[in-house]
Amino acid sequence: MKIHEYQGKEILREFGVPTPRGTACFNTDEALAAAKQLGGKVWVVKAQIHAGGRGKGGGVKVAKSLDEVSQYAQQILGMQLVTHQTGPEGQKVRRLLIEEGAAIVKEFYVGMVVDRVAQRVALLASSEGGMEIEEVAKHSPEKIQTVRIDPAAGLDVDEAAAVARAIGIPEVANAEAVKVLQGLYQAFVEKDAMLAEINPLIVTADNHVVALDAKFNFDSNALYRHPEVVAMRDLDEEDPAEIEASKFDLSYISLDGDIGCLVNGAGLAMATMDIIKLYGGSPANFLDVGGGATTEKVTEAFKLMLKNPHLKAILVNIFGGIMKCDVIAEGVVAAARQVHLTVPLVVRLEGTNVDLGKKILAESGLPIISGNDMADAAQKVVAAAKEAK
Amino acid sequence: MSILINKDTRVITQGMTGKVGQFHTQQCKAYANGANCFVAGVNPKKAGEEFEGIPVYASVRDAKQATGATVSVIYVPPSGAAAAIDEAVEAELDLVICITEGIPVHDMIKTRYKMQGKKTLLIGPNCPGLITPDEIKIGIMPGHIHKKGRIGVVSRSGTLTYEAVGQLTALGYGQSSCVGIGGDPINGLKHIDVLRMFNEDPDTDAVIMVGEIGGSDEEECARWIKGNMQKPVVGFIAGITAPPGKRMGHAGAIISGGQGGAEDKLAVMEESGIYITRNPAEMGRTMQKVLKG
Repeated sequence: MKIHEYQGKEILREFGVPTPRGTACFNTDEALAAAKQLGGKVWVVKAQIHAGGRGKGGGVKVAKSLDEVSQYAQQILGMQLVTHQTGPEGQKVRRLLIEEGAAIVKEFYVGMVVDRVAQRVALLASSEGGMEIEEVAKHSPEKIQTVRIDPAAGLDVDEAAAVARAIGIPEVANAEAVKVLQGLYQAFVEKDAMLAEINPLIVTADNHVVALDAKFNFDSNALYRHPEVVAMRDLDEEDPAEIEASKFDLSYISLDGDIGCLVNGAGLAMATMDIIKLYGGSPANFLDVGGGATTEKVTEAFKLMLKNPHLKAILVNIFGGIMKCDVIAEGVVAAARQVHLTVPLVVRLEGTNVDLGKKILAESGLPIISGNDMADAAQKVVAAAKEAK
Repeated sequence: MSILINKDTRVITQGMTGKVGQFHTQQCKAYANGANCFVAGVNPKKAGEEFEGIPVYASVRDAKQATGATVSVIYVPPSGAAAAIDEAVEAELDLVICITEGIPVHDMIKTRYKMQGKKTLLIGPNCPGLITPDEIKIGIMPGHIHKKGRIGVVSRSGTLTYEAVGQLTALGYGQSSCVGIGGDPINGLKHIDVLRMFNEDPDTDAVIMVGEIGGSDEEECARWIKGNMQKPVVGFIAGITAPPGKRMGHAGAIISGGQGGAEDKLAVMEESGIYITRNPAEMGRTMQKVLKG
């Protein structure tokens, strides 16, 4: 689960990481009032969306007067902000962060990730602030410092100080940098984060270390113990289909093709998308109905897929293990009737009680196309989708 | 022969008295030698009781002491599952299989740290378990699709493993052991560990290795295979069509920071001499071609 920059900065401050003073705003009046309250002569008007690359897309502006604050706030609020992470349609800006300006002398990158190989939290730091770490990793990996943190001891002072030195934070600011790195680590662990980035982390003209941005992504499996993080969720930033799916405990991801897939198990669901592509089709979604697929869940899954205006055909691919094929077949038939299915439906069943399942489908009177195996089903659904065009 | 488990393995079930644990304990007990293999359950509040004739003990240590079991399987809900692994490790079991899906990553980081230098091996979490056909099944896979034989199967996925097994069985190829290592980013045994075991198992002739997007375990395993594996390996990677930055169902199935994509994995695997197929319906037939030369 992702949060906005201003929420990330709230978390950072809680863990002793300094950030510029700022206020989240939902309209131009609030933005102006926030700027007046902050005082000073320079303000930064920042679009709050979950995607990165906001500055390049025109979502971050430096205002040198209150008039400019109003003007930029008006410009940015409501715009479809397009960045390399939003897709071509962009993301609508509904919130702003109004911040005091900062006197930047040098920018750095610091981030935390879960290192799967080391099975530890890794601290990444670089002198190349403001750039994407993936780009730095590709073109100048020697500029990235990595520390794999001992889970029992945590990030110790010496390690943090050495990293700060290695990326070129001036000695006079070293102690503050250590506190920032330790604070970031503590926040990362205590809030069950999967990713945390401060990009850029800056050293100011008076040698203070300040987090100018904050990006967090949290472990959805740990949200049960963080109601304060869940409270930061912004549903406007998420795909409506994926939100709807999560209500029914379905794992759903929208894709840009036209063949809907309903599968049990994440690996088989990915493989089903792949085989559709292999036979010249294009999957409209990833959908894992899980091990305990009931008629209700299957029905909701059909409804979700049918909301997609590009949908041309549906492939149901079930390997019934503990889940019996006859139960799935009954669910598919009931769901297809309930939603008055108008697109071709190909069903491939395998596993426990497969013959009974196929019989239920055949006797339903519904125009269900039966797939003998995964390849046969994929070829049939691709052909059906092409005919429907 | 087989790897990790056989008909003589004795198993403790942690979380046996919950709904999921009860169902799968019944299924496992009914498979092959299961009635003799599943000898104990653990629940501190129900010590002294029985389920399906299997006695319940207060702790893993008690269960081990009373029965001599060396392996445990865990169905404990996510919030308590890492602690359940810790308990099995402290009781010095040989092998722990954690079926539970949804354990917080930071819990697993702590658990794996505590496992350093300990003798216990971990399979999972978020896995279907493992099976040695006609001998013992520990986990949630459907027993009847398997057939005793000489092909090893290792996979990060559940139903996609069944797909591979189903294809093998349909072509008449049985399996020596099938291991689901799970779909989480922080886990126990990896592809490479299981491949090593299959390489040394005299009753395994060849292996199907099923991977998916996310992480770099398949690449690491492929590089090891190139220099060490003496048996043919057929490989498939799920998620060629998966978009970057999205978790594809499994917590570990995500392309992030430009890493973990299917094409990269397939390229390294192919270069390492693995017989790859891009078609998930062709895993069995690819193996057939390899074995028939």
